[in-house]
Amino acid sequence: MKETILIVTAVILTLAAAGAIVRIAVGPSLLDRVLAADVLLAILGAALAIDMAMNRHLNNLMLLVALTLIGFIGSVTVARFVADRRPNPHDS
Amino acid sequence: MTADASGFDAFIDALTAVFLVAGALMSLAAAIGLLRFPDLMSRMHAATKPQVLGLFLVLAAIGLQLRTWWVWPVLLVAWIFQLLTVPVSAHMVGRAGYRTKHLQKELLSTDELADVVRRAAAEEQAEQDARDAAGSKRP
Repeated sequence: MKETILIVTAVILTLAAAGAIVRIAVGPSLLDRVLAADVLLAILGAALAIDMAMNRHLNNLMLLVALTLIGFIGSVTVARFVADRRPNPHDS
Repeated sequence: MTADASGFDAFIDALTAVFLVAGALMSLAAAIGLLRFPDLMSRMHAATKPQVLGLFLVLAAIGLQLRTWWVWPVLLVAWIFQLLTVPVSAHMVGRAGYRTKHLQKELLSTDELADVVRRAAAEEQAEQDARDAAGSKRP
C-alpha cells in the first residue's frame, strides 16, 4: 500500500515537473518562465509533504514554508522589474 | 487493537492515499495547463491548482497520518501562509503581463483594467500637452 502510493505519486510528480521544466525552457516570455518556476516549486513542496505524510515526521515543514517565501519573493521581484520596452507604452 | 480500531486505521490510510494522489494530480493538471494553454493569463489560472488545493490536500494527508491534534494548527499556518503570498505574487505577475501585453485580448471575457489604463494615458497626454504649451510660450 505504502510503496504503491509512493510510486504512483512519484510518477505523477515527475511528469508534472517535466512539464513545468519544458515550459521554463520554451516559455515565450520571462513571465511564463517565472510562472512555471512557481509551479515547479509547488511540485517540490508537494514532494516534501508526501515524504512527511508517508514517513510520519514533520522535519520538512519549515522548509516548506521557506520554499513558499522564496517563491513569493522571486516572482514578485521579477514581475516588478519586467520592463515595458516598447517606445510608447500606451499604444495598443 | 480491536477490529473496530484497525478498520478505522484502514479507513484513515485509504483517505490519506486518496488525498496524496489527488494532490499529486493537481500538480500534473498544472503542468498540462502550462503546456497547453495559449497565453499567460490562462496559464496563471492553471498554475494556482497545486499552490492552493494541492498543498491543502497533501497537508491534510500529513495531519491524517500523524494522528495528533496539535499538528493541525501548524499545518493550517503553513497553508494560510501560502494563501496569503500566492494571490499577491499572482497579482503582480498578472499586472506585469498585462502591461507588457503578454495576453490575447480576444480570449478575455472582460477587461476592467483597460478603462484605468486609458484614463491614465489621457491624463499623461494632457500633462504633456500642457507642458508643451508652456514650453512653446516661453521663448
